[in-house]
Amino acid sequence: MKPPFHWKIFLGELALYTVLVLTYFLAVLHYLLGWLKGLYDHDRTSFAIVALLLMIGQAAVLEVLSSFLFGLIRGKRK
Amino acid sequence: MYFPISDCTVNPVYLIGLGFIIGILGGFFGVGGSFIAVPALFAMGVPMNFAVGTDLLHIVGKSMVAARKHRTFGNIDLRLAAVMVPGTILGSEAGVQAIEALKKVAKVDLVVGLVTIVVLLATSIFVFAESWQALKLRGSRKPVSQQTAQEKDKRAFKFISRWTHSFKWSPTLSLPHSGVKSISVWAILLVSFVSGIFSGFLGGGAGYIRMPALVYLLGVPTHIAIGTDLFEIIVSAGYGSFRHAMNGNVDILIALIMQTGAAVGAQIGTVLTQYFNGPRIRIAFAPLPLIGAGLIIYRLLTEHAAHLTR
Repeated sequence: MKPPFHWKIFLGELALYTVLVLTYFLAVLHYLLGWLKGLYDHDRTSFAIVALLLMIGQAAVLEVLSSFLFGLIRGKRK
Repeated sequence: MYFPISDCTVNPVYLIGLGFIIGILGGFFGVGGSFIAVPALFAMGVPMNFAVGTDLLHIVGKSMVAARKHRTFGNIDLRLAAVMVPGTILGSEAGVQAIEALKKVAKVDLVVGLVTIVVLLATSIFVFAESWQALKLRGSRKPVSQQTAQEKDKRAFKFISRWTHSFKWSPTLSLPHSGVKSISVWAILLVSFVSGIFSGFLGGGAGYIRMPALVYLLGVPTHIAIGTDLFEIIVSAGYGSFRHAMNGNVDILIALIMQTGAAVGAQIGTVLTQYFNGPRIRIAFAPLPLIGAGLIIYRLLTEHAAHLTR
């Protein structure tokens, strides 16, 4: 049985991600930019590790938050 | 917006949009999407070496989101994925080393490029022909809820996977989640190693080789092949992006911004797979290797033009 397609869920997700993108611009660019550039220039091994960890961390956070949003919207529909 | 690591200025909205499109492709087809991302980043003004490395890093995050979503749908065969990991890593390293070694030999780039084009064209034609035939097949008479993953996934040329399964070189193992009773570990390692070589040679995840190989050579149902392929892409792209970051070819900020769009797209692409059966996904997949082939032709032509101007 195919699950029903909920556009509202996706719109809700898009709104959440818009907020996250703005948060990233503020947090990562303003607070981490100098540190990341310094790491890139002086310690490539640490930079490579931090880059992978940041990406994995961001992916995990986005996935958890979107799943939470899915559950929230489905709960409201029920 | 200025990105100091790669020393370029790119509109972040374009990055999010690009990530979104690639995310949909990745979630739906189980591919990394480098064949679009790398040229697009380059066109936006990102230097080529950064385009390749940054794309690989964003693929890690996007594939993680898509793979986790596929897992909730039961689309990842963890046993198969675990066996494939060493083959994928060794293949990726072999691909990178081979390309470095071959660069020193005149004309070898051309030969390898042409062979790859033939492989990609053959993959595209084969997938199209097979899925076209499969769409005409009648499905199982059982109710859908009682069908196994193999019965749900109609395939026209099953003799290929039966031939692969007939090799009993030990050790063998069963893949109950994929509905494979017995298969040699060597067959799995060979598939992952060869697709890893393509990943190392062409960059990206090489999903457009691995996904059809899982379906046709190993007999894995399409949806499970997509999910398992994404898992392997995390491994190969993670390994590749780490190496590129060590060499200074990764702009983490561009990758993070791209991934915010890709994460949404990957979820949409993954959910969309639930609305299409295996043959329909495969027939939509058929043109993708052609894009890869087109990129190699472009690269060969530009290298040839650069050689002439020297």
